[in-house]
Amino acid sequence: MPEQIAADSVGLATPQTLLFDEPLLLRSGRTLSQYQLVIETYGELNAERSNAVLICHALSGHHHVAGYHSMDDKKPGWWDSAVGPGKVIDTNRFFVVGLNNLGGCHGSTGPQSINPQTGTEYGPDFPLLTVRDWVQSQARLADRLGIDIWAAVVGGSLGGMQALRWSIDYPERLHHCLMIASAAKLTAQNIAFNEVARQAISKDPEFHGGRYKEHATIPKDGLMLARMLGHITYLSDDAMRVKFGRELRSGKLSYKYDADFEVESYLRYQGESFSEAFDANTYLLMTKALDYFDPSVDFEGDLVATLQAAQCRFLLISFTTDWRFAPERSREVVDALVAAGKDVSYAEIESAHGHDAFLIPIPRYMDVFGRYMNRVATDLGLALDTDTVRVKQERS
Amino acid sequence: MRADLDIIKEWIQPRSRVLDLGCGGGELLHFLTQDKQVQGYGMEINAEDIATCIDKGVNVIEQDLDQGLTNFQDKSFDMVIMTQALQAVERPDLVLDEMLRVGKETIVTFPNFGHWRARFYLALKGEMPVSKFLPYTWYNTPNIHFCTFKDFEALCRQKNIHIVRRTVVNSKHRDHWITALWPNMLGEIAIYHVTT
Repeated sequence: MPEQIAADSVGLATPQTLLFDEPLLLRSGRTLSQYQLVIETYGELNAERSNAVLICHALSGHHHVAGYHSMDDKKPGWWDSAVGPGKVIDTNRFFVVGLNNLGGCHGSTGPQSINPQTGTEYGPDFPLLTVRDWVQSQARLADRLGIDIWAAVVGGSLGGMQALRWSIDYPERLHHCLMIASAAKLTAQNIAFNEVARQAISKDPEFHGGRYKEHATIPKDGLMLARMLGHITYLSDDAMRVKFGRELRSGKLSYKYDADFEVESYLRYQGESFSEAFDANTYLLMTKALDYFDPSVDFEGDLVATLQAAQCRFLLISFTTDWRFAPERSREVVDALVAAGKDVSYAEIESAHGHDAFLIPIPRYMDVFGRYMNRVATDLGLALDTDTVRVKQERS
Repeated sequence: MRADLDIIKEWIQPRSRVLDLGCGGGELLHFLTQDKQVQGYGMEINAEDIATCIDKGVNVIEQDLDQGLTNFQDKSFDMVIMTQALQAVERPDLVLDEMLRVGKETIVTFPNFGHWRARFYLALKGEMPVSKFLPYTWYNTPNIHFCTFKDFEALCRQKNIHIVRRTVVNSKHRDHWITALWPNMLGEIAIYHVTT
């Protein structure tokens, strides 16, 4: 529980649910006849509607980006370090929109929703979604909120892929694209990790072909294994050494097959808590969307030609020890953007935190990110109104 | 604006594609983007300089010159510029090759170690020259490959590099007729426009 809410927190936030009746034609050829999106917003949309920033979430993210839902919350939103008054995505200046993507398990239409055709839960029958489908639904969300052009679309990892997709599919609807610790497509190694995760889930006897709810169970062990594997790949060798080393839980080896080392118990704990909170079908869907992402397929694999359509300016950031979304992957995008003649800046942040770094407020990362967002505000004439800030601070 | 930048900005065609290696705080690119509508990119490894570029809205890419420019296609830029960095790279000759491969034309500026003050310093004091313009001592200097105009031109001859034009300036003023009279002795900064 936050004893008191910090001055640079967005404070208590309330999610909203928006219903959409217009059918959404999906990349797979299937259609979602109607759907709902759960969103959370911070800051205020200005009269010109020019200060909106969209935050796209990664594999296990959702709409709750910053602040708290209640004073009983143990933790704030997943990107609270970056979003808030005076933070890098400054809610005194920007109107920030977070959403739970379709196929998610935090309130937006997904495998746990009722299929209007059958009256029962979709489960494994929920259509496979692609990043393109998400972005299409996000564009409808923008229409609903009255936002013609985003000041910036921002995302890390799978979220960065959505930001990139925005720049290609809706080039006239964003001024800036911020792609953090991401890639234009996954490597074979990365797909391989996802496949092991999916196998762990689908081979769990409790999975029942994805119809586990009908059997009043969940594939807990499978999901736990998938998350443990994920966690290993999100950390770097160095980060694990520093965090756990070879520390033993009870000071000595047990000579049993229990968790002897701290790292084992950490992974078990992380896997276990995740497996109780996350839906297995959503996990499968999200990893498939990651694997399928490759906007260049429409251009015979030519990323430069793919990015020709883009009109926004780009910032890419990568982290030195991130081996799941390595700096090379970001550089591929940067090189293609340069070759396509697009405006792009790129920073490679020294960090020991592996892929997880994109969620950690590393000083240089926050500095580059903050300066860029400052520039976004300046370019769009969103100069900070100091009076407003003072009033807000006095009020809080 | 720094004396060498003030001169080379005149040598850049409007709306051209420019790559500035070791772009610093992006002063030149900022000017070229604003006043000549160039499509410019800077390359830099210094975190403070990268931050300054971002503040200015200059495109900046964090990349080490010494790792080469293999990520850029042949002749993909109209002009590749490197100001005051030739002496600081590991292999100036290889960087020059890469610049000429990636750019249709190239501009290089570097401090002239043949300047009279540097010569007198070494000749009379017997110490490596230290000045306001070149403030480092030998053990902490980033400048590991000093050369003179003559040295640079010898390298150009050896590599069959065509010198389109050259000029010299001192750190305070623009090119002066006296400097032009005896460049290797009187010029502090050499400015070369070269092609293959």
